[in-house]
Amino acid sequence: MKTFARITILFCLGVFLWQSWDFPDWGDKDSPASSHLSPYFAKNTMKDSHVPNIVSAILADYRGFDTMFETAVVFSAGLACFFLLRRKPPKTKSKYYRHLPTGITVKITGEGKEPSKDSKVFRQIDSLWTPYDLIIRKTTQYIIPFVQIFALYVVAHGHYSPGGGFQGGVILAATIILFAVSRNLVAGLRWVSEKAASVSAAIGVFIYAGAGAMCIVLGKVFLNYEALMEVFGTDSVMARYYGIFVVEIGVALAVTTVMIWLYYNLSSSGKHDEGL
Amino acid sequence: MEIYEIILKNYNYWIFIILMFTGLYGVIAKNNIIKKLIGMNIFQTSIILFYVSLSAKLDGTIPIITETDKHKPDTLIDAANYMNPLPHVLMLTAIVVSVATIGVALALAIKVYRTYETLEEDEIRRKIASGYTGEN
Repeated sequence: MKTFARITILFCLGVFLWQSWDFPDWGDKDSPASSHLSPYFAKNTMKDSHVPNIVSAILADYRGFDTMFETAVVFSAGLACFFLLRRKPPKTKSKYYRHLPTGITVKITGEGKEPSKDSKVFRQIDSLWTPYDLIIRKTTQYIIPFVQIFALYVVAHGHYSPGGGFQGGVILAATIILFAVSRNLVAGLRWVSEKAASVSAAIGVFIYAGAGAMCIVLGKVFLNYEALMEVFGTDSVMARYYGIFVVEIGVALAVTTVMIWLYYNLSSSGKHDEGL
Repeated sequence: MEIYEIILKNYNYWIFIILMFTGLYGVIAKNNIIKKLIGMNIFQTSIILFYVSLSAKLDGTIPIITETDKHKPDTLIDAANYMNPLPHVLMLTAIVVSVATIGVALALAIKVYRTYETLEEDEIRRKIASGYTGEN
């Protein structure tokens, strides 16, 4: 089986390498991919929507349908993961707590009484990770706010610099996943609960689709942001500009929370008691 | 044409083809499900590299309208100064969707492991053949 696979792969590799002569040269300005439709975007984005970042304009305006369904795909991936994996944590399993003043680790099994959830003296820890992790805790504590501000910057400045909803959303999700990795999964869940993550993923998709549906209500076709002129109180070009921004926020919300939700489900294999 | 000129004009395609078949080999020939997933991810990455390298233009800048072009009418803007933005858009969404698909694939792998307690394909097939239904 392996030799058969190897022969097939080598044969196809040879054919593809041979055919690579027919591709346009690297950096060719008149290659077929950049000579029909794409010059239109470079010429017309400023006229149509006042957005200098052509990629953002195409993403949320010219190809708005595509991006809406990409967001829906991301959301349904989160849902699929949830339905595949989620289950109740086993009740018989013992839990570990650290007594902070003394640094002693306490193991509580089945019948034992657990400390309250917001106790300042006892902190729940994973059974796999017991050492006291001062450096990791402090480093992430100082890094996370700056990374989050950067993520919000990337979302908000998607019109003027490389960025937008997808990138900013992933960076924002990375901070919360970093927090959950550096402490433990329960700490992450206390910050962004599973309910908050799943509901705001749905809200993100709803903002996008709702902005599109709003255009129908106001008398234009789906996702034609010109219809939002009166809502924003501007002319038709600036209405597109703000429409793109609203849609980017929806994308950022959906992507952030779906990434967090995926992490919760995958790292604890659906039990949400302790993760990586 | 000089030999190095040929290499310079085509080596981006060679890299993408080699990566693509590395990934495809992983998907076809490897026995472990996680290794197959890694192969799938390499395959996706190669396609992304292919699209992004197609969008490159010599002396072209990133697809953001420069300050001098901002106030020009559309007929005066030269599209050859900007890299092709369309593949960038397609790959931007493709990257996020590939993360989502990897998430679902890993969830399925966890599900398979829960049922058959192994991720090796031949062992799974043997267990199915012997009528093993798992505990879950």
